[in-house]
Amino acid sequence: MAGANSPENRPLSPHLQIWRWHVTMLSSILHRVSGVALYAAAIGFSFWLVVAAWGPGRYAIVSEHLQAWYGQGALYLIVAALAYHLANGVRHLVFDTGAGLQPSDADASAWFAILFAIAAPVGLWLLLNYGA
Amino acid sequence: MSQSQRTMRTPLGRVRHHGAAGEGTGHFIALRVTSIALAILAPWFVVSAGLSLRDGEYASVIDFLTEPVNAVGVVFLVAVSLYHMKLGMDEIIVDYIRRPAAKLMLMLLNAFAAWALGAAAIFSVLVLNFGA
Repeated sequence: MAGANSPENRPLSPHLQIWRWHVTMLSSILHRVSGVALYAAAIGFSFWLVVAAWGPGRYAIVSEHLQAWYGQGALYLIVAALAYHLANGVRHLVFDTGAGLQPSDADASAWFAILFAIAAPVGLWLLLNYGA
Repeated sequence: MSQSQRTMRTPLGRVRHHGAAGEGTGHFIALRVTSIALAILAPWFVVSAGLSLRDGEYASVIDFLTEPVNAVGVVFLVAVSLYHMKLGMDEIIVDYIRRPAAKLMLMLLNAFAAWALGAAAIFSVLVLNFGA
C-alpha cells in the first residue's frame, strides 16, 4: 500500500489561509454565508406568519421587537443578505450557461453583486420612508 | 492496485461503496429551478410586503395576507424557498461534515426543519384566510 501513489500521500488542495484574497473568492464565501443567514431569516419569517395567525395580542409583542432598533437592523441585514444571494445567484445561473467566466468578467460581476447588496436595502429603505 | 491509481478511487472506498450516489444531477437542477422561481417571488414579496406593512399595524398584515394574490404568492414563496433552503443546507452539510453519523443526523434535522416550518407557515396563511 505504501508508496508515492498511495491514498495517504496524494497532494492536498491548499487550505484557505494559503490563498491570496480576491473578489471572486469573497463572492463565493459570501454566497454561502448569506445562504445560512437566510436560513435563519426563513425560520423568523415562518414564526412571523404563525404569530400573525395567532392574533393581534401576540402579534403586538412581535411587532414591538420588529419596530425596535435591533428588529429594524435585523430586517435591514436580511434584505442585504437576500439582495446579495439573489444577485450572486443570477450570476451563477449565467455562469451555468458558460458565459461570464473570464477572470475580468467574473471579478466585475462579483463586485456588482456586492454593491447591489449594499444598494438594495438602502433603496428599499428610501422607498418605504420617502416613496409613494 | 494499478487500477486504483488509474481511477482515483481508493480501494477502501470501492469496497465500502463510497462515491457518487447518482442523484447529484436532480439536486443540481432542483436548486437552479427553485432559484429562478425565487428570483421573482422574493423581490416581489420584499417590495410589496414592505410597502403594505410599513405602518406596523396588525390590520395591515391581515389585509395583506388575505388578498388572494398575496396569499397564493406567500404560500409559493414559503414552499419554494424552504425547498431551496433545504437543498442548499444539504450541500453545506455534505461539504463540511465528514462523520457519517453526524452527517445523517444533521441532514435529517435539516429535512425535518424545512417540513415543519413549511407546514406551520402555510397552515398559518390558510387559517388567516379560511379559519375562525
